[in-house]
Amino acid sequence: MKAFAHLVKTLDGTNKTNARVAALAAYFREAPDADKVWAIAILSHRRPPRPVNTRLLREWAAELAGIPLWLFEESYHIVGDLAETIALVAPIKQGPAGGTPSLARYLEDLIVLKGQPEEAKKAYLQKQWQQLDYYERFVFTKLFTGGFRIGISQKLMTRALSLATGIDPDVLAYRLMGGWDPSKTSFRSLVLEPQEEERDSRPYPFYLAYALEGEPEALGDPADWIMEHKWDGIRAQLIVRNRNLYLWSRGEELVTPSFPEFQALRDALPDGTVLDGEILPYPRGQVGSFNDLQKRLGRKTISKALLKNVPVILRAYDLLEWQGEDLRQQPFLNRNRLLTTLVAPLAGDPALPLDLSPALEIPGWDAVHKERGRSRDWRSEGLMLKKKDAPYQVGRKKGDWWKWKVAPLTVDAVLIYAMRGHGRRSNLFTDYTFAVWDEKTDGQRELVTFAKAYSGLTDAEFREVDAWIKKNTLERFGPVRSVTPTHVFEIAFEGIARSNRHKSGVATRFPRIVRWRKDKPIEEANTLADVVNLIP
Amino acid sequence: MKSPLLEFTEKGIYCPPADVYLDPWKPVDRALITHGHADHSRPGHGHYITHHSNIPILRHRLGGLSARGLEWGESLRVRGVRFSFHPAGHIVGSAQIRVESRGEVWVFSGDYKTGVDGLSTPFEPLPCHTFITECTFGLPAFSWRPQDEVMGEINSWWARVKAEGKTAVLFAYSLGKAQRLLAHLDPSLGTVFTHGAIENMNEVVRGLVPLPPTRRITPETGSGELAGNLVLAPPGAHGSAWIRKMAPFETGMASGWMAFRGARRRRAVDRGFALSDHCDWQGLLDSISATGAERIICTHGYSDILSRYLREQGFDARTEATQYRDEDGEPEGELKPGEPS
Repeated sequence: MKAFAHLVKTLDGTNKTNARVAALAAYFREAPDADKVWAIAILSHRRPPRPVNTRLLREWAAELAGIPLWLFEESYHIVGDLAETIALVAPIKQGPAGGTPSLARYLEDLIVLKGQPEEAKKAYLQKQWQQLDYYERFVFTKLFTGGFRIGISQKLMTRALSLATGIDPDVLAYRLMGGWDPSKTSFRSLVLEPQEEERDSRPYPFYLAYALEGEPEALGDPADWIMEHKWDGIRAQLIVRNRNLYLWSRGEELVTPSFPEFQALRDALPDGTVLDGEILPYPRGQVGSFNDLQKRLGRKTISKALLKNVPVILRAYDLLEWQGEDLRQQPFLNRNRLLTTLVAPLAGDPALPLDLSPALEIPGWDAVHKERGRSRDWRSEGLMLKKKDAPYQVGRKKGDWWKWKVAPLTVDAVLIYAMRGHGRRSNLFTDYTFAVWDEKTDGQRELVTFAKAYSGLTDAEFREVDAWIKKNTLERFGPVRSVTPTHVFEIAFEGIARSNRHKSGVATRFPRIVRWRKDKPIEEANTLADVVNLIP
Repeated sequence: MKSPLLEFTEKGIYCPPADVYLDPWKPVDRALITHGHADHSRPGHGHYITHHSNIPILRHRLGGLSARGLEWGESLRVRGVRFSFHPAGHIVGSAQIRVESRGEVWVFSGDYKTGVDGLSTPFEPLPCHTFITECTFGLPAFSWRPQDEVMGEINSWWARVKAEGKTAVLFAYSLGKAQRLLAHLDPSLGTVFTHGAIENMNEVVRGLVPLPPTRRITPETGSGELAGNLVLAPPGAHGSAWIRKMAPFETGMASGWMAFRGARRRRAVDRGFALSDHCDWQGLLDSISATGAERIICTHGYSDILSRYLREQGFDARTEATQYRDEDGEPEGELKPGEPS
């Protein structure tokens, strides 16, 4: 644990990506194998389930610090990170008896702790908090709280591991994907050895597109390119191997249980097939709202009602494996021809939740502009431009795949609630709730909330809004403050649908702040009627 | 009910029987000033009364002004009210102001800290009935480590940066923090270079207390001269063309806010050192109880939180709004426009 805490401290101590990767690589060279496996697991969000809920963590930490719970909560709102708050308020360590146990040992403890009575958990945690020093305490507690975000993406971790082992990063990305259990895997079998067993379930690393900056004309000859619509669903790989079907989301999560209807494809597709595509909500034979799709995720069981109300399809656009052969190095056009031959006959069968994303030839760049203009009619987010001769690459790479989204929808809305942010925005009010005017039939109007957004302003603007919020707070509800309606912001979003998440009865997708409309008085903000008119 | 000895008005903290203000934020005829930071000593007052060490600092910052300096503990009687200045330990010259009338004693802390920093006269708690305390770091999440430990960390950072052939650029507030660091940087490691704003302040402070030697950076200073040495610069210089000329370098910042990872990341400095000239949570609680005061007025900082806690502990505590740097205001340097969010 000492070495891992020291690593986190070093990572905290530099801004430079290369220095961060070097520090992590050094850890991967020096740490004991069992710790390395756990470090990989933690940095790729494969922690064991939490043995203690955060409410208890807060109560026990407040008790240890000798402060009332409300004071702990206030501190937490300001610090912005629970593990950091606990590490800060707990009394300074008295000096441990003997050395600090290893990272792997702590994770074994954590797994065992899950089945222990509450009193045992409390005694364990309070003892550790007292024995560990600040950084160890922070890292230790992080294992018990939310996501372990320390500014190391999976991509950077893979790079560091590659530096430490000399294994190609793409090979490592493949080996680290899928469902492995850090308590049952050795560093040798996970990282160093080519893997045969369990390979059936393994997806390929997704190839991700960059957003096109500027106009498509810059891409050269349109005859070298294909356009497709960009679908607003869950990016997924559907795998059929050895008579089993697996479904992976882009977040490298196995989501097979959330979508039982895809089992119908197990018999329709031959072994050794991997499709890349988009899971789309598909009520009444057309693309539905992304919000509905989210209801299908993260549930242990999918009710019949949900299956009926939110039916889904996989809209396939790439074929990564065919007859057990990895096709990724083949040109896109070849893969697409094979995909069409495979999927087109199945797409007509109403019992099979599968269709094909049309790959359109581009006669000239004006056709691309025209097609992008039709995106909302297709219920797509815009276009994808793919180079005909491009292989299927690993991760986000520039050059062969571009996404060119439609211009977002925008609304001028009034800031009415604010919360403190997290991470580098902790202690600043940067998470805002915006409202629009609901005009009643009797001519009265009131502000109703319609979206939350926390990005799009510069640091200087955030500071200005933050200072204003602190001076213009009307009421406090825990971490939330209501403020005098004064400021109008232009809010952009990708889509909008009916929902009961906000008082306005609508929900937006990817809302963010475009600009602070200092020129607009709140009376000139948009109305709910304007917003509802945007719903397709 | 008789009127209070000190009132919070829109111009500042006011003493009605004496008709004087304490650290006023709007221009007044007569101002008693605790220390030289900009939010406590503002321009435009008719007459400034303060501990004598503050006068050169005020004149440096505000230009020529009418001022009277007092010794520690020296009494000044104004219309039957007795005022005196007592060490606050915040920066050189920083004072608490004691106000006494007809047996009733109020103390205004200004800004203060309990640790001994080696430069400012250490804080001494004053028995009083009402204590007006700052709360800049009034949260249990703030718990300072001893100065020796933090300075040890800063010096080892400098040594490592030096070993890598780079310049260590350390950001610190020009008045107070910069001189405190200077006094404890390890001179055996190399030369301490200074930004003009800090060096100008050093020249003023050298008239009050001895400081180790420094070298002012001028347009003629070559980046070769800086390698392996340390540069003290105000936080506003971070990201400026002036700093970029020093490459290769690493950046550090010394401030109480650096206790938070979020604040460190927001500043985009390589290293943050939690070194503050204000009290931490325990320092505030200890100082408050050492005054023996029953009534506590909490001003700038986490004042609502501290006053609620004090009420639960049986104090008659409340919050008053002031225009000293407000809650969360990270007073020691500002972010500049254009930094990526």
